[in-house]
Amino acid sequence: MNDMKSMSDNTPGSPERRRFISVATMTAAGVTLAPGVMLIDVAHGRPEEQAASSAVRWGMLVDATKCASGCDECVSACSTENGWTPVAESKHPKQAPQWIRKLELQDPLTQAETNLPMMCQHCEEPPCVDVCPTGASFKRADGIVLVNRHTCIGCRYCMMACPYKARSLVHEPLNDTQKPDVPRGIGCVEACTFCVQKVDRGDGTTACVEACTASGHNALVFGDMNDPESEISKRLRELPTKQVRADLNLNVGVRYHGI
Amino acid sequence: MAGKIKRLLALGAVVLTTAALAWAGSDDQPKASGAPKPVITKAVKGEQCVEPNDFMRRNHMKVLLHHRDETVLEGIRTKKYSLKECINCHASEKTGSVAASKDDFCVSCHSYAAVKIDCFDCHSTKPQGSMAMHPLNAETAHYAHKLAAQANSKISAEEMAGIAQ
Repeated sequence: MNDMKSMSDNTPGSPERRRFISVATMTAAGVTLAPGVMLIDVAHGRPEEQAASSAVRWGMLVDATKCASGCDECVSACSTENGWTPVAESKHPKQAPQWIRKLELQDPLTQAETNLPMMCQHCEEPPCVDVCPTGASFKRADGIVLVNRHTCIGCRYCMMACPYKARSLVHEPLNDTQKPDVPRGIGCVEACTFCVQKVDRGDGTTACVEACTASGHNALVFGDMNDPESEISKRLRELPTKQVRADLNLNVGVRYHGI
Repeated sequence: MAGKIKRLLALGAVVLTTAALAWAGSDDQPKASGAPKPVITKAVKGEQCVEPNDFMRRNHMKVLLHHRDETVLEGIRTKKYSLKECINCHASEKTGSVAASKDDFCVSCHSYAAVKIDCFDCHSTKPQGSMAMHPLNAETAHYAHKLAAQANSKISAEEMAGIAQ
């Protein structure tokens, strides 16, 4: 009853009210779907028969001040998890698929260096989805932008539309080297999936974030940006962050601090 | 006149049919051997597929298609009807794959039926980890009945899962 009272104090559209409603719905959904089982964390432990929900928006925070020069732990972890050949080992490095890459930027005036990983920014308004002629490029309810390889025709419009050069085309047959959890194949466009197979498993993290944390840099944080109590939401509240190409109003899911 | 022609035609038809039947039935004619019949190897794990064999032989493509869209678009990764689980059970013990050699489970029938599939252009034909390492997962829908049956026997379901792991 206290909740009801405090709710009535809020104006209908206030963030407090919205937050309460979303939490209330999420809890109710959890209880009805698994009677007798109290789901402690709905966002991170979705039952496997339940579809990805728009109550969650997965996002990542990149703290460029902590991202070390010369370190590519995140890139190799991604390659291992998702089964793409590291660019250096590829026979054709110029056209090798690359889901995440390290950038070292230098200000020509001050010589100040910035390190950061660049990958699919999982936009709320993704240009790749706008241009896709078959609907293969799509955004999942929880904000993860993916390619449906069953409908991708490999036209590469999305690669041209992406302001972040985040997508690659698989040019060569993979000869059954794919990971069972990560199907990928010749003639399809692909990009960072926020380790969707791990997210659906309920890991609540990605391979790059795990690797960055394990290497002690802690430059990456992954989580639900809709949950005010998640680590990423807390950090985003504290730290000033930027969106790359904020002028495009894409409302990206990857936020950078220190660029 | 018309009646005569009709009678003649009917007679002709009877003669032709009899001749055809005789030809087909005769043992002197060389029999067309046809394509070699598919080798259907029993699944390595489990006793029974998620549906009866007859249903799966005719409809596996339909259930796979439905499940694939749910998985890709909505992130529903239930094990029933998932291609990954097909592979987990049906990968050959010899090659560890469902499509590496011509006798492997998927390829065997598909080459017999001359139906080209492109599933394995993108999907791995091998189960995760080695064959020996397969956990008999109690959550796997199609093992539920097996585990339930074993709950009444001397070995409990938990023990079975433990042994398999």
